[in-house]
Amino acid sequence: MPSAYDVLFRTLADPTRRALFERLCRQGEQTVGALTARSGVSQPAVSKHLGVLKRAGLVRDRHHGRQTHYSAQFGALAPLIDWTSQMAGFWQGRFDRLEDLLKRMDQ
Amino acid sequence: MTNIATEALSVVVEREIPFPPEKIWRALTQPHLIDEWLMKNDFAPVVDHRFKFSAAWGSVDCQVMAVEPNKTLSYSWGGYGLGTIVTWTLSPTGTGTLLRMEQTGFRPDQQQAYQGAKAGWPRFFANLEQVLARID
Repeated sequence: MPSAYDVLFRTLADPTRRALFERLCRQGEQTVGALTARSGVSQPAVSKHLGVLKRAGLVRDRHHGRQTHYSAQFGALAPLIDWTSQMAGFWQGRFDRLEDLLKRMDQ
Repeated sequence: MTNIATEALSVVVEREIPFPPEKIWRALTQPHLIDEWLMKNDFAPVVDHRFKFSAAWGSVDCQVMAVEPNKTLSYSWGGYGLGTIVTWTLSPTGTGTLLRMEQTGFRPDQQQAYQGAKAGWPRFFANLEQVLARID
């Protein structure tokens, strides 16, 4: 059973998928057609990537007429933001220890 | 808003330290000194050198990527398990050194490392929480 981290990291590790997700973050909701036009890959490939993003909770789809619109779900990034704040805390602590060491070192 | 997912995976810690770069460089690159503030290790300041940081909660596989004495040092952190890169930059100031640590993940040039990332991350997070609880 993959963890939430597993799924997120694996999903965002693919550069094409990450680019699609980032475009949705920056530009808001878009159709598959619009995303394909600037992605450099085929529409089936874009759809497949969007499916993976959707399963990871990173995008949501909305059907309108014959079009499917996708939008980014920022909340799904929360575990990554937790990761950065954890790591930041880890390194702050290490910086403190480094400074202590430097005070003790010769010259 | 440049690169949201990548930014979410970057950690930067920067601090002005009242010692010259040469002294800080020693603490960053001599194994017995690294032991004292970071973790046990078999580091050597040689590009491509593979080494481990070890702690009670486990170990981190690393490889040296760049060494420019007294200026910059970078190594992969976690290699196949974690896939981030830690880069240290030392800039002399009038009274000491501006020391910057940047840890980044998931850059396109690191794809290979991420293929094997599935197993390593969750274990690392679990361990890290214990570490952070101890450090406080």
